[in-house]
Amino acid sequence: MLKPLKRLLPALSILAFASSNHAATSADVRIEPSAAQQGPRMLTEQTASAVIRDYLQSWQGLSAALEQNRADLLNTDFSGEAREKLGETIQEQAAAGLSTQYRDGAHDIQIVFSSPEGLSIQLTDTVAYDLQVLDHGKSISSKHITTRYIVVLTPAEARWKVRVFQAIN
Amino acid sequence: MKRRFASLVATLFLAAPCLVAQDEALRIPKSIAAGDSFSIQTTGSGKAALYIVGPDQVLKRDVDRGQSISFAPGTLHNAGHYLVILKTESSSDTSEFDVQPASAPSELSFLARPSRLPVGLHDGITGAVYVFDAYKNLITAPRSVSFELSNPSGVTQTHVVQTHNGAAVAAMDSTQQQGSDKFTARVGDITSRRIVGQVPGDPCGIKMSAKPSGQQIELETEPLRDCSGNAVPDGTIVTFTETYAGAQTTADVPLKRGIAQVAMPAHNGAMLSAASGVVLGNQIRWETH
Repeated sequence: MLKPLKRLLPALSILAFASSNHAATSADVRIEPSAAQQGPRMLTEQTASAVIRDYLQSWQGLSAALEQNRADLLNTDFSGEAREKLGETIQEQAAAGLSTQYRDGAHDIQIVFSSPEGLSIQLTDTVAYDLQVLDHGKSISSKHITTRYIVVLTPAEARWKVRVFQAIN
Repeated sequence: MKRRFASLVATLFLAAPCLVAQDEALRIPKSIAAGDSFSIQTTGSGKAALYIVGPDQVLKRDVDRGQSISFAPGTLHNAGHYLVILKTESSSDTSEFDVQPASAPSELSFLARPSRLPVGLHDGITGAVYVFDAYKNLITAPRSVSFELSNPSGVTQTHVVQTHNGAAVAAMDSTQQQGSDKFTARVGDITSRRIVGQVPGDPCGIKMSAKPSGQQIELETEPLRDCSGNAVPDGTIVTFTETYAGAQTTADVPLKRGIAQVAMPAHNGAMLSAASGVVLGNQIRWETH
């Protein structure tokens, strides 16, 4: 599954910034050019790089929070609706004795929209991840899943935070 | 080659019952709308636990296999991709399905900029809208968003834009009249409104007069207006300059009641000028007889 993505990477002109800034994730990352970007504002390469870096880091925050059932681990990467919904999931998991492990293996990301004056940026991500579900610490299922997400990020004090995080198959 | 083919056939043969078992054990709609009621049909017999798992929501039910498990409206309300697991002591069957956003818009996230700007700017006001359903899911199916900018006189500019991935953006011209404009985004009967203050632009010109006052010259501008006729606000700085014998004297004066005035030394042959921002006024050569 991951090999074709790896082969495609060198073809992308944007690879240099993509790979250099995403050392924090072990997942394969492919960045699609934002040619069809909607919105009045063209992003600088630095902004696009920061958005993608912070988005990829958010998967680590999500993974740790849902695995440990600790909503506080969401605070660095998520805000608004995304933070609320993920926090509620953690409450539901904890109440049911469940925990989940999300391991992202590959991302195919495209920035699709930037709102005026950089107040929000929207991207799509076809992400492949492994999901393991544990009930009272015992694994009950493990599944490889590929799905497409739509993500809205907004700027916070020192980073971009995920505000909308929604699968849209 | 033959051995490989035989191995492939054997693998498919062994895998087939698992695939069938998955299909048989769980019958699930491929997708539902957020908040809708739905049911999952199970087969077999005995006790089991049913899990519906996604990053946005998790449900767990104890069920009897062979029955249809119903979920009331509003139970599963967060759009996303979900893994369904039917777990018994000896087996685990899985399937996946999607929860789509509800079709009816309920809330707009409206980002408008700036909150204050000069009159008469082309595409000076921009607005972006994200459309959400009642469960705060982003509605990704296209929706028409009407952006309306109305000034105090009731004159309205309207742009209608289709959402793409739940987002729409429009740029509007600031109007010719100063005041508070209403900037409204509308999807169906859902609206969100912002107030955009439109202030006069730079002065269109500066006309200055001079008259003697003892050993000094009194300089005074006419009331300053922008090119749309709006009065330039008090506090706007006008810089008066006197050039005489190669030396320059300047005075920065804020507008009061629309005009700026200052007294400067009266030198025969001095050049006097006034400016504000990028706008230059008339020049006066001071001559005493």
